[in-house]
Amino acid sequence: MGASQSAGTEHEFQDLADRTGFSLEQIGNINKRFRQLSNNEETLSREDLASIPALDNNPIRAQIINAFFDKRNLHQNETGTVQEIGFEEFLMVMTHFRPAAMGLTEEERENLRREKLRFLFNMHDTDSDGTINLEEYRRVVEELLSKAGTIGQETAKAIADAAMLEVASTTRGKMEPDEFYEGITFENFLQILNTFDIETRMHVRFLHMDTATLRCGKSK
Amino acid sequence: MSVRVVLHSPSGSRSFLERGLLLLVMLIFLEGTVLTLGAASSPDISAQDNTGGHDHRGIAGSHDHTNYTYTKKAFPVLSLDYHHIQVPFEISLWVLLASLMKLGFHLIPRLSSIVPESCLLIVVGLLVGGLIKLAGEEVPPVLDSNLFFLCLLPPIILDAGYFLPIRPFMENIGTILMFAVVGTLWNAFFVGGLLYAVCQIEGTYLSQVELLPCLLFGSIISAVDPVAVLAVFEEIHINELLHILVFGESLLNDAVTVVLYHLFEEYSGAGEVTPMDVVLGVICFLIVSLGGIAVGAIYGILAAFTSRFTSHTRVIEPLFMFVYSYMAYLSAEMFHLSGIMALIACGAVMRPYVEANISHKSHTTVKYFLKMWSSVSETLIFIFLGVATVAGPHAWNWTFVSVTVILCLVSRVIGVVGLTFIINKFRIVKLTTKDQFIVAYGGLRGAIAFSLGYLLDKDLFPMRTMFLTAIITEIFFTVFVQGMTIKPLVDLLAVKKKQEAKRSINEEIHTQFLDHLLTGIEDICGHYGHHHWKDKLNRFNKKYIKKCLIAGERYKEPQLIAFYHKMEFKQAIELVESGGGVKLPSAVPSQVSMQNIQPKKLPPPVAERALPQFTKGREEEIRKILRSNLQKTRQRLRSYNRHTLVADPFEDGWNDFLLKKQRLIELEKKMTEMSNYLTVPGAIPDSPTMCRARLASDPNAFYNIKASSDGVPTIQVDLASPQSPDSVNMLNEFSKEGHTGQGLGQREGATGKGLGQREGATGQGLGQREGATGLGLCQREGADRDEDQGLMMKPAGKGEKGEEEGGNKNPGLMRCLSDPGPSNEDEEDEPFLP
Repeated sequence: MGASQSAGTEHEFQDLADRTGFSLEQIGNINKRFRQLSNNEETLSREDLASIPALDNNPIRAQIINAFFDKRNLHQNETGTVQEIGFEEFLMVMTHFRPAAMGLTEEERENLRREKLRFLFNMHDTDSDGTINLEEYRRVVEELLSKAGTIGQETAKAIADAAMLEVASTTRGKMEPDEFYEGITFENFLQILNTFDIETRMHVRFLHMDTATLRCGKSK
Repeated sequence: MSVRVVLHSPSGSRSFLERGLLLLVMLIFLEGTVLTLGAASSPDISAQDNTGGHDHRGIAGSHDHTNYTYTKKAFPVLSLDYHHIQVPFEISLWVLLASLMKLGFHLIPRLSSIVPESCLLIVVGLLVGGLIKLAGEEVPPVLDSNLFFLCLLPPIILDAGYFLPIRPFMENIGTILMFAVVGTLWNAFFVGGLLYAVCQIEGTYLSQVELLPCLLFGSIISAVDPVAVLAVFEEIHINELLHILVFGESLLNDAVTVVLYHLFEEYSGAGEVTPMDVVLGVICFLIVSLGGIAVGAIYGILAAFTSRFTSHTRVIEPLFMFVYSYMAYLSAEMFHLSGIMALIACGAVMRPYVEANISHKSHTTVKYFLKMWSSVSETLIFIFLGVATVAGPHAWNWTFVSVTVILCLVSRVIGVVGLTFIINKFRIVKLTTKDQFIVAYGGLRGAIAFSLGYLLDKDLFPMRTMFLTAIITEIFFTVFVQGMTIKPLVDLLAVKKKQEAKRSINEEIHTQFLDHLLTGIEDICGHYGHHHWKDKLNRFNKKYIKKCLIAGERYKEPQLIAFYHKMEFKQAIELVESGGGVKLPSAVPSQVSMQNIQPKKLPPPVAERALPQFTKGREEEIRKILRSNLQKTRQRLRSYNRHTLVADPFEDGWNDFLLKKQRLIELEKKMTEMSNYLTVPGAIPDSPTMCRARLASDPNAFYNIKASSDGVPTIQVDLASPQSPDSVNMLNEFSKEGHTGQGLGQREGATGKGLGQREGATGQGLGQREGATGLGLCQREGADRDEDQGLMMKPAGKGEKGEEEGGNKNPGLMRCLSDPGPSNEDEEDEPFLP
């Protein structure tokens, strides 16, 4: 890389740091990883992510990968998926996993909470219609239990149904037999995960990604 | 005085029969405590007692003499030999006192909200001690170190370890260790060092106090006490993070305290400390803490392994756990390792495996026993603290005591603030100033410090009494002042409280989901953080350890499914206990039923829903099995067996029986309603919800359902799996013909009712259908019984084949209703069946 190019990226990084709240060092780390995953290409495809060996054992691998290519998570007001993402988009997805900063006001905290839960919600709401319906929720539980073999698959439905009932009853209260609960809206989602301290739980450390660990992340 | 004198000789006490029995018991009790507990404890006090005893005997000698020379005497019809039962009797009295106190506080409504229980108990102890003193007795040294460390402390710690919230504990392990190790070291040296400096000031009359005893005192006084912390923090309902920080610190600082204590005690004798000793001290610390954990873990694994094979002797299951844990504690103490850490490790290690292995009843027993023992121990400890305060002896030195209290506060604040400053650089969720304040303020001292002080050798430490006085003052200060003000302060500062919510299935799903998501993101980032390692550990656990330690097939069960089963089971029990649904449990509530969340689809054509069904013959067969099982149950119930917990249904009495009958009728009503809701006659072209709505109001609907279990099932089957727990139970039962079915009646009850619940909930499809059949059978059998009793029947009684089943099967059904016994018991038995 030439000097001019690195200066360019530095400026670019500064710009990204201002927008995402990551530190320059973190952005540098993530960028390094991005290049490694994309084989030094400008963009990253699904296959690149799917080839990470450590992900093999993850029951919700497909959903995680999808989240990276979901337009809703890329801070764009549109739905649908993209085929390839650039570094900026990659970083945008990563911002959802940034730890909460110190000294947030109540409002900021609530916003952060909503933002993180929105990410989760989008992962569940696969058809982007604003509700998680029973089918979608079942799929989530099925994926979660996909490593458990047949018992898992067979119980998954029952669990999803029970969970859905729980949501319906906590959000709607009593329902008449001919009423119909369409699915979990985002507001419901916030409500049921009220006691779930998402803002203190959904985060990953982006520091200490030294090159040694970077290398073993991908089999090359 | 003479009363007391006579008491000492057993023969003399015979003359007491004439005196008031109350006075006798009272005095003997007081007197005896001195003797026994004293004898058990420090040698010097028991020596005192011996000489005292001789004196008394000398005075009472003439009395004895007259008794013994009386050669021919009528055979004593009633004699009194109090000494024979003295020790256990007094122990029981203390326990009774403690329990009554605990009971009393909760009867006074407002008191417990203002003053923490621990304070009240200390006051009670002071009063009791005062009374003993007023009676002119020597106050017994009740809080003697042996008694405390070997009997009172282990239950509390085991309870804490067994119910330790592992997840928050492990997530904050770094912070907890920092506070526990570095914080305690800092406190010990800061307090000890500055105390020494103060002692050197002219005019304090403390110049004889040397540096090492000061440091020893510092190490005793610096450790936060788990008993005191538990007692206070349980009442203020602080958020989980702060609770685990303070509580975890109080548990883990034990190793530091043990090492420091032994080090300084040793060096106080030797007088000199070389750098070599410091190195040895560090090594010793590692051995004490890690060794303690290792011992605990070994016993924990042993306990888990043993519980794998206890399926035939369920009654002694809980005992294994207690004995193994206690042995872990004792083994650790034997090597002067940290017994507390051993217990914590033992409890935490064995819990997941043991829970999967032992029966539901045993698990309840374990829970209750742990809670009972720990709360009694805790009560006793605080009462004894009060008594010990009165007992003295005290050497009050204003300077020493006040400096101690101030230094403890100051060092705690500096320690917490300083350490948090460092920790916050590494923590993702930073500790706020409020958090720091609560952590610092929650550093209560307690009975462990007192007992350690009590252990000091009088000859080596002439200032022992002064130390004890200072320790007691510090304990009183923290428990009373801090313990009483922490609750208002928490409210004032608006510190986040614990959210009172039982874990919902949604939360569980999302906890798991988030775990996997974060692991995945870490993998994508190429950063092997703690999620990654946790995931690795989990997988290792699942693959190897669970297989070895958990009996049968249950090791394969993922956490989510286990959680779901547990929840479902709990609901079934609640439903049974509430007598068939007066108040339905709320977790999967009944007011919303499956139809409300079902996608609005037209029911698929009937042909698709022609599902595996029970033919008439098959059904008959099932009924036969059920019947024979019930008969077997009856037969088994008649034979008494000391080793099983089968209750005799007839002992419940007639009234009880009628009550249950009543419940049964209610339950059946409920079931009828439920089954109306859950069946959808497919042929009706309306939307399913409409049909159901109509069915609900149609009393004849039930017959449709009845018919359905014989003919083509009209139940929609696209949802639940055949493997849903209900159906598993039923299927197992059916395939396992002639299985001794004491559990069957129960299970039917539980399943049927759990099902009633679930029918509102998940119940559609095969599982439900199966359940529905079971339900039908259960109902029908219930019906027979009702007819026997000449009670009114619900439509269920019209079950076509119901009539042919005569005979009195009440016991079985009663069990089915009354006993929320674990329906999974038989499942657990399975692998061991021949």
